Amino acid sequence: MDWWDLTVRFVSMADANVRYVLLGSLLLGAASGGLGTFAYLQRKSLIGDALAHAALPGVGLAFLLTGQKDFVLLLIGAAITAWIGAIAINLITRYSKLQQDAALGIVLTVLFGFGIVVLTHIQKSGSGSQAGLDKFLFGQASAMGPHDVTLLSIAAVIMLGIVALGFGKFKLVSFDPEYGRSLGLPVGIIQFVMTTMITLAVIIGLQAVGVVLMAAMLIAPAASARQWTDRMGLMVALASAFGVIAGIIGAYVSFLAPRLPTGPWMVVAVALIFLISILFAPQRGVLSRLRSHYQSRHKMTLEHILKVLFKYGQEKQRWGTFHPIGQIMQMWSFTASELRRGLRQLTREGMLSREGDMFCLTETGREEGARVLRRHRLWEVYLTRYLDLPHDHVHRDAEEIEHILTPELERRLEELLEHPTHDPHKQEIPYIGEERKS
Amino acid sequence: MTADLWIIIIGILSASACGLIGVFLVLRQNAMLGDAISHSVLPGLVLGFIVTASRDVVPMLVGAGAMGLLTAFMTEVLFNTRRVYKDAALGIVFTFLFAIGVILVTLYSGQIDLDADCVLYGEIAYTPWDTVIYGGQNFGPRAFWILGGIMLADLLFILLFYKQLKVTSFDPALADSIGISAKKWHYLLVTMVSLTVVAAFESVGAILVVAMLIIPAATAHMVTHRLPILLVLSVIVGAACALGGFYAAEYFDASIAGFMAVVGGLIFGLTLFGKVLYHKFAPTERVEDDHAAATSVGSSE
Repeated sequence: MDWWDLTVRFVSMADANVRYVLLGSLLLGAASGGLGTFAYLQRKSLIGDALAHAALPGVGLAFLLTGQKDFVLLLIGAAITAWIGAIAINLITRYSKLQQDAALGIVLTVLFGFGIVVLTHIQKSGSGSQAGLDKFLFGQASAMGPHDVTLLSIAAVIMLGIVALGFGKFKLVSFDPEYGRSLGLPVGIIQFVMTTMITLAVIIGLQAVGVVLMAAMLIAPAASARQWTDRMGLMVALASAFGVIAGIIGAYVSFLAPRLPTGPWMVVAVALIFLISILFAPQRGVLSRLRSHYQSRHKMTLEHILKVLFKYGQEKQRWGTFHPIGQIMQMWSFTASELRRGLRQLTREGMLSREGDMFCLTETGREEGARVLRRHRLWEVYLTRYLDLPHDHVHRDAEEIEHILTPELERRLEELLEHPTHDPHKQEIPYIGEERKS
Repeated sequence: MTADLWIIIIGILSASACGLIGVFLVLRQNAMLGDAISHSVLPGLVLGFIVTASRDVVPMLVGAGAMGLLTAFMTEVLFNTRRVYKDAALGIVFTFLFAIGVILVTLYSGQIDLDADCVLYGEIAYTPWDTVIYGGQNFGPRAFWILGGIMLADLLFILLFYKQLKVTSFDPALADSIGISAKKWHYLLVTMVSLTVVAAFESVGAILVVAMLIIPAATAHMVTHRLPILLVLSVIVGAACALGGFYAAEYFDASIAGFMAVVGGLIFGLTLFGKVLYHKFAPTERVEDDHAAATSVGSSE
């Protein structure tokens, strides 16, 4: 069967098996993504890694004690040791004065080491094959049957229900436990419930993703969702959605090539979602930040062009001169491309008039240039008068502030300085048109 | 020499190598970096196998060292966007690299003699039989030479650059102000950790390596904040784990590496218990003293 037929079969969900695997992976993604948000915001991202490893001895012990490889029994065993791990992390950070990273590392390695002890003991004692138990290391969603999926669904729905019900309290305690305490909330109990829920999400995810990679399913959806929103409710929803998408991709790849484990593909998918989020998210994304940086640079170029042309006119007391590009270039440290772009835009906005490759300030351009220079010189006056800075130290600071001062601040600065006429370098502060107040 | 003795010696060597370098990870509140690197070197190892089609030590060390640096570098880049917490950045990076490694292993498992299990648990119990034979003479287990070498390299690294490592670990801001680049030493340390991790885990298993990077150093750090004592104590605890782990494993017929971690956990637990008891009955000003020292160390990062 070729790739296309398999895809059609996957999308149509004709196989009962596909439905189980898909539903399973989807629920795991939703649960771990949603609950990961709380771990992420409490800066406990790596707790998922520690708890997933801590689940291993539980799997082995459950098998050792019951002699059965029943999925549910193994998961219960896993949940118990993972939960013990969570408590141990809390105790260690509280009593040892070690930082959280050390506590996580200790719990992770000790319990995982214990897990390996149990597994090797089972293997060597020959009490039946432990094959299947190590599925938990890397995860294999395709091994899930109807029984397992029903159980997972119930668990996931209950967990998401608890999150929905207690959302307000979880949110408060995630952001500001001290404030919660001052309101008389049982912060300790709420944190305990949250930790338990995170533990359960980890356990549910083990079957699909496996011990080693479970951490990614808690962290990456939450970290991705954080880039798109500042609102916690939306963040939980988005993180769940990202988890679901990763789950579907993992199930799909695993369906195409059953030999490949599901977990790594889910993790690769979730890492790509994170990369896209951190690059392209509006406002917080790296690209959008680069764009706004570029825009403010461009605005500064425009203001510099107007300022230097105005200064030239003022010094020479001659307006209406057309300057060739090369000459403007020498008036300031422009790069050729940014200067060309700036001149083009200013001409379009009617600040400059153009003849061939020569440019001249228009009336509005003159006013705008005067405004930039005025802000610069007002600030110099302010710094020398109120901060007692020497004359030769104020120019650089004014270079920056001239782009930032708003008309409102400028007006108040003028009033404060009682409408000065000259700057500390004895140069005239330009007023043009109706803005002249003196 | 008997096989048992070799196993104990190799265990002590790997525990000391990890214990020495682990001290600096714990001091920098970067303990999970050891765990992360031990996972993220996997694609480097696999690529090393694929490219050279052999299990030589050198290409493996090169691949692993590169991946360790890549992990630290990618984490730093993500963190420097100020858009994600540092621990989350580390978690995303290492799980991604490990996932790539597992995918590579499954894709190439027909062509190379390597499976993820063996890389994860490299079994210390088998090390005595993989010997170095040169000119017809048996020079002892390969793991002994590799781990002995890496232990000496770690020791030399720490002795030679003691001052730089100390100041960048305790007070990176001061380090930068006196012209010792905290960043440079961070990456150098990461390189040493990667080399140690990979040299050790090919022969004794990843879990043992991570356990010995964190547990002895953290145990020692509860008792003292003085660097020389910390280093010595960490090595002693590591050696105790190796001895205890070996005999426990023999008695219960289970994994030695696993038991080394468990014994480490017991030593840590007892130390913590002793510390709590001590503070309960110790004079109060002593407690505050210790607290001040702990917070001043904690706030240095």
